[in-house]
Amino acid sequence: MSTLEIKNLHVSVETEDGHKQILRGVDLTVNSGEVHAIMGPNGSGKSTLAYAVAGHPKYDVTDGEVLLDGVNLLDMTVDERARAGLFLAMQYPVEVPGVSVANFLRTAKTAIDGEAPKLRTWVKDVNAALERMTLDPSFAQRSVNEGFSGGEKKRHEIAQLELLNPKFAILDETDSGLDIDALRVVSEGVNRYSSQGDRGVLLITHYTRILNYIQPDYVHVFVAGRLAETGGRELAEQLEAEGYDKFVKAAAV
Amino acid sequence: MTTVTETDAMASALELEHVESHLHPEPSYDVADHPKPTGREEIWRFTPLKRLRGLLDGASSDACLQWKEELPQGVTLSTISTDEAKALGGIAPLDRLAALAVENAGGAALLTIDGELDRPARITLSGDTIDRTVWGHIVVKVAPFAKATLLFDHVGTATYAANVTYLVGDGAQLDVVNLADWQDDAVHTVQNGISIGRDAAVRFFEFTLGGDLVRSSTNVDYRGPGGSVDLLGVYFADAGQHLEHRQFVDHTAPKTRSNVEYKGALQGQDAHTVWIGNVLIRKVAEGIETFEQNDNLVLTDGAQADSVPNLEIETGDIEGAGHASTTGRFDDMHLFYLQSRGIDPTEAKRLVVHGFFNDIIRRIGVEDLQDRLMAAIEEELATVVGTPEVAR
Repeated sequence: MSTLEIKNLHVSVETEDGHKQILRGVDLTVNSGEVHAIMGPNGSGKSTLAYAVAGHPKYDVTDGEVLLDGVNLLDMTVDERARAGLFLAMQYPVEVPGVSVANFLRTAKTAIDGEAPKLRTWVKDVNAALERMTLDPSFAQRSVNEGFSGGEKKRHEIAQLELLNPKFAILDETDSGLDIDALRVVSEGVNRYSSQGDRGVLLITHYTRILNYIQPDYVHVFVAGRLAETGGRELAEQLEAEGYDKFVKAAAV
Repeated sequence: MTTVTETDAMASALELEHVESHLHPEPSYDVADHPKPTGREEIWRFTPLKRLRGLLDGASSDACLQWKEELPQGVTLSTISTDEAKALGGIAPLDRLAALAVENAGGAALLTIDGELDRPARITLSGDTIDRTVWGHIVVKVAPFAKATLLFDHVGTATYAANVTYLVGDGAQLDVVNLADWQDDAVHTVQNGISIGRDAAVRFFEFTLGGDLVRSSTNVDYRGPGGSVDLLGVYFADAGQHLEHRQFVDHTAPKTRSNVEYKGALQGQDAHTVWIGNVLIRKVAEGIETFEQNDNLVLTDGAQADSVPNLEIETGDIEGAGHASTTGRFDDMHLFYLQSRGIDPTEAKRLVVHGFFNDIIRRIGVEDLQDRLMAAIEEELATVVGTPEVAR
């Protein structure tokens, strides 16, 4: 059993107008076996939370800690965090020209496991993971994310999630820009991952739509850089009916 | 009554006479037409003339590079006189070094290619000293509808100035791979003149890795409509190296196509690369398509990349024309994405550089050559990026 603890996390970003505080004390614990949904309006800092935990250089952590099984991830480089068991499915996956998906996946798997995967089973595993995401096996020979449609990029992220099989996955608006078929395929991938029972998911989303496919154990409302409310599925239904207005107004007081 | 022959009809669709343009020096075999440069001329201003080891003086020499050929059926190699070489036609020298090479080489090597080759023709040119200037003159004549891959592999060391003329027949498909894999002290200048026949397609690769100074000028014209050229280059400059690649694509016929892509990496103090991409679209060249792109990856401080695309358009009726140039360091987002998958920074940088160059290298289609180039780039990278920590 593993735990991802976010404690009193404060994060700012350098802008043209100086330092801008985005996260103002986030406290959240995700245990393995749990699915947490974080919902919030645009600009509330949801994506900042995802990137700061993963270690994007643009974000300055000014206070707090992020512990994975008691070890502070914030002391680690981006790649060390990934090797410690953290995975971020990005809202805008990056195109890396000339690096084939096959080479990228093998290099990542080797880095995560500390040894190269067995060639014969690995090729099968990759093809199966792509196929489950309804990506043609020919994607393995294409450059990472280059020329992929928005939906293909998202499905490629989830294929990586299944292949790398981290302890904790943060999914940053993986549902945005997906049509209904792709949403179902992606959700099934996330459910396969979480149904292993000993993996944790932090699902960041703007819409409740994906929660028809992925059942969260907890729903958090994220407003103005911190958690404003925590509840179960019913909170998502309330948000669906009433929107974020109530929470945004409360936070502004 | 006048009779219009097919040749006349074709000639009227072409525009081969000289055009006044700063992109377009007057071609001439006469060395006197190419005075010794001061270094301020447009075509010389990026080249460190002092490092040319007196090549511009044009002292005669009968030194040669050693040739080793692997020629499949359909390829012949012979020697012809300078006059015979000139009479075959093609693009005359556009600068002094090319004119000197023709004048001093004492004849030309003639490669003829006919039919569809079953494997690449390989020629290795090697030298073992920088002390004796070598002048080279090569003519490659490709028969109509021939299909061939030709490799010129330059190894060892030399002070070498060459003029290489390509006459590509109608409908032919020619791939040329030029590899400058010199030792650190070589000086190599070359003018490649490529004349492309009707509906012929040429892919011209340059891989420049070694040498103290390499200056390559590649000039293209079209001897009929429908011709196509891809000029594709990769260069990797280390401390002190000057690697210069110039292209001049002269769209002399309608419905022709050109695509220029050069990618370079630089590392170390005073590593210097120059890319000049000139394209001229003449009045007659209606419906043509051209794009040129140069990307430079600067890996360390102290290196300099010059990149100058030029496009001169004399007709309003073109299919497409554009150019782009980028010079920068590693893209932080590339590295973040790779690292977020557990890949350590060294390995991530290696992957990005591999990817950057692989984009061109994978198009060669000759496997052992692709492997060798990737290995060479690996070796270059080891010095600055380092060897990855994670066992492979």
